Amino acid sequence: MDLDFSAEQDAFRAEARAWLAARVPEGPLPSLETEEGFAAHREWEARLAADRWSVVSWPEEYGGRGADIFQWLIFEEEYFAAGAPGRVSQNGINLLAPTLFDHATDEQRARVLPSMATGEVVWAQAWSEPESGSDLASLRSTAVRTPGGWLLSGQKTWSSRAAFADRAFGIFRSDPDADRPHRGLTYLMFDLRAPGVTVRPIGRLDGKPAFAELFLDEVFVPDEDVIGEAGRGWRIAMSTTGNERGLMLRSPGRFLAAAGRLARDWRTYGDPADTAVRDRVADALIGARAYQLFTWANASRFAAGETIGAESSLNKVFWSEYDIALHETALELMGSDGELADGKWAEGYVFALAGPIYAGTNEIQRDIIAERLLGLPKGRR
Amino acid sequence: MRFLLTREQSDFARSLDAMLTSADTPAVVRAWESGDHGPGREVWRRVAEAGVFALAVPEEHEGVGLLPVELVVAFRELGRHAVPGPYVETVAAAVLLAGSPGLAKEWLPRIAAGRAMVTLAEEGGYALDADAAEAVFVLGARPAVLPPGGALRVSSDAARRLFAVTPAAGAGEALPVPVASVVAARESAMLLTAAQALGVGDALLARTVSYVKQRTQFGTPIGSFQAVKHRLADTLVGLEFARPLVYGAALSRAGADVAAAKVTAGEAAYAAGRTALQLHGAVGYTQELDLSLWLRKTGPLRDAWGRPGDCRGRVLEG
Ligand SMILES: Cc1cc2nc3c(=O)[nH]c(=O)nc-3n(C[C@H](O)[C@H](O)[C@H](O)COP(=O)(O)OP(=O)(O)OC[C@H]3O[C@@H](n4cnc5c(N)ncnc54)[C@H](O)[C@@H]3O)c2cc1C
Repeated sequence: MDLDFSAEQDAFRAEARAWLAARVPEGPLPSLETEEGFAAHREWEARLAADRWSVVSWPEEYGGRGADIFQWLIFEEEYFAAGAPGRVSQNGINLLAPTLFDHATDEQRARVLPSMATGEVVWAQAWSEPESGSDLASLRSTAVRTPGGWLLSGQKTWSSRAAFADRAFGIFRSDPDADRPHRGLTYLMFDLRAPGVTVRPIGRLDGKPAFAELFLDEVFVPDEDVIGEAGRGWRIAMSTTGNERGLMLRSPGRFLAAAGRLARDWRTYGDPADTAVRDRVADALIGARAYQLFTWANASRFAAGETIGAESSLNKVFWSEYDIALHETALELMGSDGELADGKWAEGYVFALAGPIYAGTNEIQRDIIAERLLGLPKGRR
Repeated sequence: MRFLLTREQSDFARSLDAMLTSADTPAVVRAWESGDHGPGREVWRRVAEAGVFALAVPEEHEGVGLLPVELVVAFRELGRHAVPGPYVETVAAAVLLAGSPGLAKEWLPRIAAGRAMVTLAEEGGYALDADAAEAVFVLGARPAVLPPGGALRVSSDAARRLFAVTPAAGAGEALPVPVASVVAARESAMLLTAAQALGVGDALLARTVSYVKQRTQFGTPIGSFQAVKHRLADTLVGLEFARPLVYGAALSRAGADVAAAKVTAGEAAYAAGRTALQLHGAVGYTQELDLSLWLRKTGPLRDAWGRPGDCRGRVLEG
């Protein structure tokens, strides 16, 4: 057991740090939940991609560096420490890309991945439906066979960044007669500007159109945009929510940087006599370190050839609760400035509030932890 | 970078676990509580034979240490089995005594071999198990050694026998140890208490999980109720994120890391105790059930050798 990085890893860190120091934009970009911000972030992603920093863990042929999991963690630490912008392509990179690596054809990979890496095509995830959230397998949108492809109909919702995105990926019911709800589903990619698609942006708590609902009326999708085998969509979708995602969805770098910022703010604005706030600032530092070390332990297991399954639910519950606590502390610390909609912690707070809801609610994650990690009996839901 | 226990370290934990399981530690705890040290000394001897104390003693004094990760592995097992006795204090005393060549020569070989059970306390605090110990080492501006004994104060955990350290000014023999050794001893005590607390938390969770699988109400195991499941899931989250802090602190030995490990493991174990008590219902509130042997430790271990507030202050100092 050790915490020592190799000379090679240190060199990788130094290279990333130097690149970022020279190129991270001065001052924050406009919010990526606005049209203007979306454009600015695309530009940033293109700049990252030009020097192969946008998707370091991908193979070189698709624009990556073939980085292993430790290098990826190192890069993310440097990325957030440098104050670099949030990633507008994150849904594609974190959710669609791993699915494509595992289940797509070479042709699909060659067609989809490079433009995802550069931010030229931004992807949205179209899984949830108005009646199908936690019980995703009950989804009703359909894919109906047509010559050369499929016709998609129905409604998807809460699709992050779909207000300004280009394409989407989702699961659709292709066999309404299948005996179980999670059978007879097909995983497809489609164009958000195709005929038959209506995108209606939805304002989140702060009014920004951070997600959208999608109305689909016989939208044609060619066969080449089916991922994996038709009818096997559920298994394909689930296979990418487990293993790596627990590590990839939120890297510790983000929280280390945020906790460091909070501690600096505390030194500037904090009242040393107010030990209640001081303790919460300390907890933010401790939580970031705990998450970093927990992730390193998982990465070590991963590197040793073990798989990370239901353990990723521990991750999800931890970082989502942690993120809210950190931001609440920051807002309290800022006093009346904490209330300002354009304050330095405001957008992060709104974003953090959604953590326990998306990517499978924390209630669902706790069920998974209890049943799969602690072996408790399944109960009525 | 490989932040995972090695095969040897996991095997070491397993063999200690097997040894302590066969030692019937609940009976040992109950004897210790009543002042009967016999069974506890027998466990002490076996723990020493397994090499635990040697991990805290450098080779030149007949040990194999200092090996903080292995010590953490061992103290987690001691916590998991609720083993009574001044284990943390003896190991921390070894760290203190290593700072003086004369004292090291006198004490460390005996500590390494398990022949010396000693205790350690802050000036003005309580010495744990001073009635069983051969000497009481006192930390403070003027580190000293006192003869064992004093008046017993009853702890909320009856297996922790407390004795007030109230030397008349200047009493006891002053110890020629540098300040750095005092600091290192405190940090060792803090780290190993954290490891012990983690083990206590793990034991409380494991016992509660097996209880809720077999206790039936409303015609179904209570472990199938979501309110029960979710509390246990949160307990596991708490322990699983305290664990890497404890091992990380053993590796880095940085003061802030040790303090972070202490507060987090202490609070995770305390929360595990609250959940264990609640989910066992009234039976959890009794001293007959062995669960109580672990439950009573969570408060004292959370606060011993670094209270939560003090630890958080240390973390912010960096
Ligand atoms: C900011 C944000 C971004 C999102 N982005 C996307 C996206 O890009 N693509 C996409 O497809 N979806 C997205 N979602 C949707 C998200 O995945 C769903 O909100 C989530 O799956 C929960 O579904 P729901 O909102 O329908 O809530 P429901 O399923 O209706 O749940 C409501 C409440 O009931 C609880 N509940 C439900 N079932 C159970 C149960 N069995 N046991 C205990 N409690 C239960 C839930 O935990 C929750 O607290 C996003 C959501 C948010 C907030």
